Amino acid sequence: MVVQTVSPSPETLDFMKEVGGEKFELCYQCGLCTGTCPWNRVRSFMLRKLIHQAQLGLVDFEDEDLWTCVGCKACVDRCPRGVEVVDIMRDLRRVIVEAGVGKVPDSLRLVAKNFAAVGNPLGEPRETRPDWAKDLGVKTYTKGTEILYFPCCIQTYDPSIQRVARAAANILNKADVDFGILGAEVSCCGESIRKSGSESVFQSLARNNIEAFTKAGVNKIVVTSPHCYHTFMQEYPELGGNFEVIHLSQYLNELINEGRLKFTKELNKKVTYQDSCCLGRYAGMYDEPRQTLKSIPGLELLEMWEYRENSLCCGGCAGRLWMETKKGERFSDLRLEQALETGASILAVACPYCMLNFEDSVLTSDKGDVIEIRDIAELVQEVI
Amino acid sequence: MEDKVRIGVYICHCGANIADTVDIQQVVDFAKGLDSVVVAREYKFMCSDPGQNMIKEDIKQLGLNRAVVASCSPLMHEPTFRRAVQEAGINPYLFEMANIREHCSWVTEDHEKATEKAKRLVSAAVKRVYYHQPLEIREIPVNPNTLIVGGGIAGIQAALEIADSEHKVYLVERDPSIGGHMIQFDKTFPTLDCSACILTPKMTAVGAHPYIELMTYSEVEEISGFIGNFKARIRKKARFVDESKCTSCGVCQEKCPWKADSEFDLGLSKRKAIYTPFAQAVPNIPVIDKEYCAYFLKGTCRACEKFCEVGAIDFEQVDQVIEVDIGNIIITTGYDAFDPTPITQYGYGRFDNVVTGLEFERICNAVGPTSGKIVLKDSSEPKSIAIIHCVGSRDENYHEYCSRVCCMYALKYSHLIKERTDAEVYQMYIDMRCFGKGYEEFYKRLSEEGVTFIRGKVAEVTDRAINEDEKGKLIVCGEDTLLGTTMRVPVDMVILCIALEARSDAKEVAKLFSISQGADGFFIERHPKLDPVATMTDGIFVAGCCQGPKDIPDTVAQASAAATRVLALISKGKVEMEAATAVIDEEKCSGCQICNLLCPYSAISFIEDKEVSRVNEALCKGCGTCAAACPSGAITHKHFTTEEIMAEIEGVLA
Repeated sequence: MVVQTVSPSPETLDFMKEVGGEKFELCYQCGLCTGTCPWNRVRSFMLRKLIHQAQLGLVDFEDEDLWTCVGCKACVDRCPRGVEVVDIMRDLRRVIVEAGVGKVPDSLRLVAKNFAAVGNPLGEPRETRPDWAKDLGVKTYTKGTEILYFPCCIQTYDPSIQRVARAAANILNKADVDFGILGAEVSCCGESIRKSGSESVFQSLARNNIEAFTKAGVNKIVVTSPHCYHTFMQEYPELGGNFEVIHLSQYLNELINEGRLKFTKELNKKVTYQDSCCLGRYAGMYDEPRQTLKSIPGLELLEMWEYRENSLCCGGCAGRLWMETKKGERFSDLRLEQALETGASILAVACPYCMLNFEDSVLTSDKGDVIEIRDIAELVQEVI
Repeated sequence: MEDKVRIGVYICHCGANIADTVDIQQVVDFAKGLDSVVVAREYKFMCSDPGQNMIKEDIKQLGLNRAVVASCSPLMHEPTFRRAVQEAGINPYLFEMANIREHCSWVTEDHEKATEKAKRLVSAAVKRVYYHQPLEIREIPVNPNTLIVGGGIAGIQAALEIADSEHKVYLVERDPSIGGHMIQFDKTFPTLDCSACILTPKMTAVGAHPYIELMTYSEVEEISGFIGNFKARIRKKARFVDESKCTSCGVCQEKCPWKADSEFDLGLSKRKAIYTPFAQAVPNIPVIDKEYCAYFLKGTCRACEKFCEVGAIDFEQVDQVIEVDIGNIIITTGYDAFDPTPITQYGYGRFDNVVTGLEFERICNAVGPTSGKIVLKDSSEPKSIAIIHCVGSRDENYHEYCSRVCCMYALKYSHLIKERTDAEVYQMYIDMRCFGKGYEEFYKRLSEEGVTFIRGKVAEVTDRAINEDEKGKLIVCGEDTLLGTTMRVPVDMVILCIALEARSDAKEVAKLFSISQGADGFFIERHPKLDPVATMTDGIFVAGCCQGPKDIPDTVAQASAAATRVLALISKGKVEMEAATAVIDEEKCSGCQICNLLCPYSAISFIEDKEVSRVNEALCKGCGTCAAACPSGAITHKHFTTEEIMAEIEGVLA
């Protein structure tokens, strides 16, 4: 063979096989993933080639492209051979983090430290976790309470996004739902840090939450982040955490159908909706958020030209939220253009990562007077 | 029991298949110690001539009167060994097989456990064979008539082969005409023969053949009986046209004012409410489509009736149900073309000029919707065309298998496009699979004709232009995997090479004929290599695409093979019937008739004057249902007697 192993350590290759299993061996190199990957709209990202390098054991662990994948899962859904590309990227990152064979981006290292120290990516103190709800008359979850409402770290700590968690709590109060929240004892779900390769950090966050939920007697969890939804649903069970998990948009439909939530006002706006990857491609939940939006009196739902299964990611999944993306390469900027094209004045989201990215795009493109970014919970709050 | 039971036991290595997992010597030693066992031996391949001779010699030399072979599944070699023992002078039913391969060595890597299980299976066979009784194999005559279901090229070929030998064929076709998919094709690869030109002579021959009774617009509703003696119930749907009067003049179709989408042209053109699907239809007798006929919808019109000079229109016609007796059945029900609508990223149904391969066949055809002109929806000539391979094939989201014909028909399209237009042609392929006779040569020829080959599975077809060149075009996006760059190819037309898939009602057909489907939906042959046209039901054969995707040469070869199998049975004139049938002890029978109702072969009748049930051994397939159900224990299932089964169980548990 004339080609040479770039990472010559056989231990590294063994480790790669161990964590990655045989996922990449199925690939028949058709290139559908590269063609599907949204990165190639803004810069070259040869996903197929990376998989082939993994097949041959020729991965260059110093290659920055190992940190490029946003985990939007568009390639996985279309892949004719069922290659779990997102998992492979996660596993390759894990090799870098755990075997120390490449450089972890600085921003990620900082976030990983925050997770390890205080259980959230923002480095905020554990004790202030429940503070967002101080004035809302929300009780602490105790055994026997029907529902645990679990807002994501961003919705908990980020002062500009807290409005989503507050809207959710107001709706639940209005519908007379028996719910409570947990505070310092819970941590981030761990979704982004796991996809960033820090498996051990994820494990400790997850175990901590499973223990806290179990101790508090939690059965049913309502979440407002698709990332929490995916992690609780798909990843906690393998660690022994089995809870009933509901995304707020599902729950809202339930409350509306049961007549527990009544609309008293109208929202005469044109709205378009961003499919969160974690809700759409990961959980197949395309209809529920749309159903909630359509049930709002006066609201007109418009679709962008890429939607549902073919939706374009905001760029924030798989730890990319914590990494710098150059201007001109941000998916949320492209997506915002699509949203503007529909003529909508509101871009509705159901995910805090989407919200952060789009708020940034609105700011940098100076489109604040044309379109606003609102979570579905906020829109519902306005009409009840 | 006649003489003293003397059993020989023979353990097969099956090369390494058994011997690598099972300790053969241990099993031999074990067998030697079993009751009534006179001799136990092992051999590399018991099924080979030396292996069989070993058994025969022992029977003669040692006076054996029972034999047990521990080897593979009885499916393949039970007949081999039964024949061997018979040749040595003992009744073939005084033999038993223990399956220590599929049931043992192939399902574990644990040597100890495999050896232990092999011993138990041998012990069970030895205990069972002790009670075996000699049985007589009966022969029954074969009805020389054949039923062929499906009138595509496979059914046509098989029908002609059988009928040419002057044996009667009933050819049943669901549509108003025979011809199948092949008659929809423009040209055939790699020879570029005109499809209709080579098929219509065969269709005409079928229509005129004195030994073929063609039943179009008909469906088989029920099958009963068994090899050599099937009975089929066929529904001939009302055409509302009297076949004996119609002269195929076509005036009715001219005068009919009502239109519907033409199925034959895949909705790309219209046909009338009274129609023949295409000009060369066989039979050339129209049918009235009740869904679109104004008379059936509103009670008025009857234009066809007014203009028919021979009075062939008959609005009162009703479905006819016909029963036929046949000896064999060939199923040639073909395939469905994959609907690419669910692959939303390719834009089928959304973009006018994204068409399927089958639609393109019609576009190319001189009597098709565009009179053979390769044009876009707006009738202009395309300047560039992309052909996307593997749409719905080689894709576990749809069909995991390769559809086998797409690479080749894609090349054929390239040629037709190059021949008739100035368009650039792009082939977007994953792997070129040109495996047949003359296929690679055809691939080379197309390379010389200036077709561009791009290796990469297309990710998306979009109309969102990002520059001037792309405006008004369909842009085919993906990766050129050989260059390692992403590409955007602006074209005017996109052809999707859609998969061949099992018929949507293949499940019902499988049930009707008691045959099986694979995970991919296609019918399963008896053996993938050695018995490719038979099915697990004796007397029922499959040919063509209902068994799996294949091209015309393979389909014709398979159809001929199926015809040959049928002719062999007709020529022999008789089939051997299972000797292991049920018998009713009339002394014990209470006349409750539970068995009569349960028998799936209607082999049990009730004798009124004696008030007992009786089995017709010619009809009994030896399934055992009656014996298990009889509340008085009056039914004995020969070769599966209670004694034999209990002994076998004891052997396993020992």
